[in-house]
Amino acid sequence: MTTLDTLTVAAPSYLASRWSLRSWLLTLDHKRIAILYLVSITGFFFIGGAAAVLMRLELATPESDVVQSAVYNRLFTIHGTVMVWFFLIPSIPAVLGNFLVPLMIGARDLAFPRLNLLSWYLFMAGGVLAIGSIVAGGVDTGWTFYTPFSTTYANSAVIPMVAGIFISGFSSILTGMNFVVTVHTMRAPGMTWFRLPLFIWAMYATSLIFVLATPVLAITLALIGIERIWGVGVFDPALGGDPLLFQHLFWFYSHPAVYIMVLPAMGIVSELIPCFARNPIFGYRFIAYSSLAIAILGFLVWGHHMFVAGQSLYASMVFSILSFLVAIPSGVKVFNWIVTLRNGTIQYKTPMLYALGFIGLFTVGGLTGLYLASLAVDLHVHDTYFVIAHFHYIMVGGAVMAYLGGIHFWWPKMTGRMYPEAWGVFSAVLLFFGFNLTFFPQFLLGYLGMVRRVAEYPPEFQVLNVLSSAGASILGVAYLVPLVYLTASLIRLPSAERNPWKATGLEWETSSPPTEFNFVQAPVVTSPPYAYPPLGAIAEPPATGVQEASSG
Amino acid sequence: MTEHTASTRTYRNVAMTLFVLLAGTVIVAKLQLGTLAPVIALSIAAAKAVLVAMFFMHLYYGSRLTRVFAAAGLFWLLILLGLTLGDFLSRS
Amino acid sequence: MADTPLAHQFDDVAQQREAAGLGMWTFLATEVLFFGGLFTVYTVYRVKDSAAFVEACHELYMWLGAINTVVLLTSSWTMALGVHAAQHGERRRAVSFLVRTAVLGLVFLLIKGTEYSLDIRERLVPGPGFRAEWTVDPTHAQLFFVLYFVMTGLHAVHMLAGIGVVSAMAFMVWKSRSSTHHANALEMAGLYWHFVDIVWIFLFPLLYLVA
Repeated sequence: MTTLDTLTVAAPSYLASRWSLRSWLLTLDHKRIAILYLVSITGFFFIGGAAAVLMRLELATPESDVVQSAVYNRLFTIHGTVMVWFFLIPSIPAVLGNFLVPLMIGARDLAFPRLNLLSWYLFMAGGVLAIGSIVAGGVDTGWTFYTPFSTTYANSAVIPMVAGIFISGFSSILTGMNFVVTVHTMRAPGMTWFRLPLFIWAMYATSLIFVLATPVLAITLALIGIERIWGVGVFDPALGGDPLLFQHLFWFYSHPAVYIMVLPAMGIVSELIPCFARNPIFGYRFIAYSSLAIAILGFLVWGHHMFVAGQSLYASMVFSILSFLVAIPSGVKVFNWIVTLRNGTIQYKTPMLYALGFIGLFTVGGLTGLYLASLAVDLHVHDTYFVIAHFHYIMVGGAVMAYLGGIHFWWPKMTGRMYPEAWGVFSAVLLFFGFNLTFFPQFLLGYLGMVRRVAEYPPEFQVLNVLSSAGASILGVAYLVPLVYLTASLIRLPSAERNPWKATGLEWETSSPPTEFNFVQAPVVTSPPYAYPPLGAIAEPPATGVQEASSG
Repeated sequence: MTEHTASTRTYRNVAMTLFVLLAGTVIVAKLQLGTLAPVIALSIAAAKAVLVAMFFMHLYYGSRLTRVFAAAGLFWLLILLGLTLGDFLSRS
Repeated sequence: MADTPLAHQFDDVAQQREAAGLGMWTFLATEVLFFGGLFTVYTVYRVKDSAAFVEACHELYMWLGAINTVVLLTSSWTMALGVHAAQHGERRRAVSFLVRTAVLGLVFLLIKGTEYSLDIRERLVPGPGFRAEWTVDPTHAQLFFVLYFVMTGLHAVHMLAGIGVVSAMAFMVWKSRSSTHHANALEMAGLYWHFVDIVWIFLFPLLYLVA
């Protein structure tokens, strides 16, 4: 431990090693690329958030008085496309994954650093096209681009948006490729598969989805483009095409995509819970296997988005049963986290609050998914606010909270600065309340029959809508406050300790922030992960068994 | 570094086999075998693909992990094909 | 080989080689699914409207397709021989085979281009100018041709990229002092080339031999 400190104390951190703009824009350092992504996706988050603000403003009254329906259609499409493709999907993998994967496995960098940089440029190119589409008036098809509306009848900037998503898809694919190959080939000596942090298992499973699902989205978007440009295509009923075929291709990607969004979040929670409960994770192997199971089973359920679209009853039944199955590994994880908590001593730090929030809100979101997987219930709540509430509980209550928890947890490692804990606690609690006020009423609205994607609604739904909009304003504040204090923390000089949380994991063995090449020599791992001391012990956890590889 | 891979003689044998299979495919197509035709055509195509993958792409000499990676794409495509066709074929 | 440069993130050349191989196979898996989406569309419509597809297939120039298949299979053979030569330090032979591979690729594209111009002349391009007297089912016949042009077009784009890579590598091997310096990269290029060949191996019967 101390040997490592004295060896690295002379070398500058990855932030300070070079200062020019060129050194950032042409960097091959996975940590800098992570920061590039952090800045970009934060920008996109606020663009998608702005669309949401306008939507909730409109929905406070039953009439379409703030915006007309045509504009409202563009708002919810912008919100969906930007939040899904330019915020949620890259968020944890491209920021925390890029930063942490090499550190956690004891490597100097990812397997393909240049492809990593290319990945960010492709993301930005796609983002520019998407913003171009928004500036040109936006798209009104919904983020799902259903045909034949998107291919034939929509009079909006479909092509630039679809092109932007197409290009950013290759960004995802490159990230996935990099992670898969890195985890297979570049683990430090002694870092066997079952000594890997669960965050790595989560990143690996997510990368499988990146690699196997995204190409299908790419070809589907290309087919939309072709049909729109040349007026002939494969989804046009006038040409004998079947719109449902589009939906099969689209959801083959887009359902696994939601696991791209949630698996990394679960990986973060698996890191936070043992650390702040001071207890080794319960059922490590089960959680690891569950990540893989979710990734694989997640490919078999896409038809549950098409129960009322004209899919055959037999196919719907099969997809329904498989959708029930995919809930099981998620349940296993929740159970294991709770047991870990029960046997531990909980420290209510900011990251832990986000992790606890995740467990509660993800459970609600996941359970409501089971309702939706039931054919009989889905018949009534499909395309209502029930669905919207379901996925926001998982995406926002789950994934975004876990992302924020991870950002706070690894902030000292990434930046060398600590955030103000009191403000962190305040924001986490505020977020939890704001979130529930925003989205719980939407379960009720959906159950009572309010359909989604409409600017006007029957007046009897107004009270719940007003509650939801009020909640959204609180949610907005809860996102802005961390933006302010995290940015403000950068003003001071780096002063965080190497391991302020007394956490296990190779990333905590490096300095805060790490030097450019992470480790002077490859660490050698000799003990299992999450070796937190037993209940009652007060000392710092025993060394993770990291020893310097002898330089002889 | 040069692990054991195919010899030039192996490459020639594989190439000749591929040409023979191609001729076979064309001949079979001309025979008008009805519903059996696509099955045979795809089987021959699959055989050609396997030969190219195993010998030209060195899967025969590679690690098990490489073969798993190679098979994964195909396996996932079969999921897409299978469940999608399942819907279309089971509509009344 | 000792003279392959080692990138900083790797511990040794063997690790670098393993990573490159797995990386390329991962990329090929993404390509399988990329083309696979089109194969799925094709399969669904072929199953639903097989009569229209059979009729449409007759309009294609099967012998041009067959010759192109011979060209591509041969190019895979020459590519494999080129990689083999490079691995054994036979620099001149390697360059020769790589050049032959690229030339065969160009021949493929030339024949394909000729075929496209014939198709255009026969008014088989979907759209308002589509000639449909030869079929009772013009709408589904157009579907076949959309798939034909998109699938072979996407394949041709991949061929073009492949020809570019193989030509560039031929030049680099020619310039280098030892062909083993590039043997790894050549093996990866070979994987890509063979994959594009495999796509055609399936396209040929599916598009040209439906009848």
